[in-house]
Order: sequence, then C-alpha cells, then structure tokens
Amino acid sequence: MINRVIALVAGMLFGMGMVISQMVDPAKVIGFLNITGNWDPSLALVMGGALMVFAPAYRFLIKPRNKAISGEALKVPTNKQIDAPLVFGAALFGIGWGAAGICPGPALTALVSGQKEIIFFIAAMALGQVVVLIWQRARLARLQQA
Amino acid sequence: MENFTPWSALAGGMLLGLSAVILLLFRGRIAGISGILSGLFTPHRGDTSWRVLFLVGMMLGALALIPLGFSIPDMPSSSWLIYVVAGLLVGIGTKLGNGCTSGHGICGMGRFSVRSVVATLVFMAVAIAVVLIRQMLGWV
Repeated sequence: MINRVIALVAGMLFGMGMVISQMVDPAKVIGFLNITGNWDPSLALVMGGALMVFAPAYRFLIKPRNKAISGEALKVPTNKQIDAPLVFGAALFGIGWGAAGICPGPALTALVSGQKEIIFFIAAMALGQVVVLIWQRARLARLQQA
Repeated sequence: MENFTPWSALAGGMLLGLSAVILLLFRGRIAGISGILSGLFTPHRGDTSWRVLFLVGMMLGALALIPLGFSIPDMPSSSWLIYVVAGLLVGIGTKLGNGCTSGHGICGMGRFSVRSVVATLVFMAVAIAVVLIRQMLGWV
C-alpha cells in the first residue's frame, strides 16, 4: 500500500512541476526552442532546477544503495552504447517535439483537461511506441533464428 | 526575453527532480514518462500498478493546482494532423531512443549517463532546427 502511495505522490509532484514550470504550455516550449526569435530561456531553468535536486540526491542517496527502500531492484539503465537507434530515435523525437511543442510529460499531464488535441497526440504516441515494440520483437526473433 | 519566468521555471523543475528522486529512491524506477507509458504495453506482474498510479498522479497533481489559480493552457488550434504526426514521431522516437526530456534530460543527465547526454543534445538540436524552419516558413 505505502509503495502505491509513493508512486501516486511522485506522480503528483511531477504533474505539479509540469504545470508550475509551464512545460505544459506548448507556446512556452516553442518560445524556448525558438532561439532566433523572441527567445525565452525559462525551460533551461526547468531542467537546471530538476538536475540541481536529482543529481546530488542520486550521487549521495541512491547510488550508494544496492536496492530501493521498498526492497525492489534499482532499475537504472546499464546500456552504455551510443548506437544508431539512440541517435535516430532522439532525432525523431526532436522533430515531433519541435512540431507540436509537446513531449510525453506535458501531454500526459494535460490529458486531464480532456482537450482533443492532447487525446490525438497521446493516441498517436502510444501507437508509435507499439509499432516500434512489434518491430523490435520481430527483429529479435529473426536474430534468434539465425 | 520579456516572457522569461525564471522563478516558476526553477521551482517547477525542482519539483520534477524531487519526483524523480522519490520514485528512484523508494521504488527503484526511473521517472521517464515515455518509458512509464511504453512499459504498459509489455505488462509484467508487479510492474503495472506503479506506472498507472504515477500517470494518474500527474493528472491529479495538475488538478490540485487549479484552485490556486494555475491552469492547463489551451493547445494551439493547429490541424489535428499536426498532433497525430507529432505524436507518432514522439512515440516512435522515444521508444527507439529509450527516453524523452524526463528520462534522458533529467534522470539520465543527472546520472551523467553519456547515452542520455547524447540523446538530449540530439533532440534539443533537432527540435531547435525544426522551430527555426517553422519560423522561416512563418509557422510559429
């Protein structure tokens, strides 16, 4: 039960962060990405504020542990390879982000407003993830056969 | 720079960092939103409820701020096609590249992961280029 409350509370803080920082406003995001126009550097401070809290906490509270407080494993990615899917995927994400000014966090936060634009965006995003998942599975199956 | 809102940006960002610390320290999970969502499509026992609760929490957190005078802005009334195409690209890209602004930009960069630094530089640079092109075409 307490573990579930923790997941919910962490989510609430994240949603509040999205609204207070105005990441949830596509116009604000585009203002940050539009460096040759009327540039608004605010979102650099969103990332800066997040890193100011996360980086030292990770280094001193989390990294020394071998398990989470719940006893669950610390699921920190171990892959170190800079490969084509990483770079190509990040580039595709960048195109979508620049086109609409929406990334996954703001989209799922703003879903609560029920706007149809957000519903379209999230449905398409979920579809895109599933398509890649199916492709990755098919590729793995082919590799295992070979 | 008259739209610059440094204090709300910093405060909101710190809440995002705090959320990521709590989720990783207590539950061992990375607060990367694209990954929290995509994990729902490959369900494993004991791996679903925290994802749903986190996502529901995000919406509740936003709702809780509305009485304090915050609001969720209206999305620009572009064509629905823009939202579908952008959503598809974001979905495909975050699944292939294993993360988005939160997973790579906060949790990954905060661990000094080279993969996350590369991903963040790439998606930032590409998004800036896309907005530059939109600006030149008069679509901003």
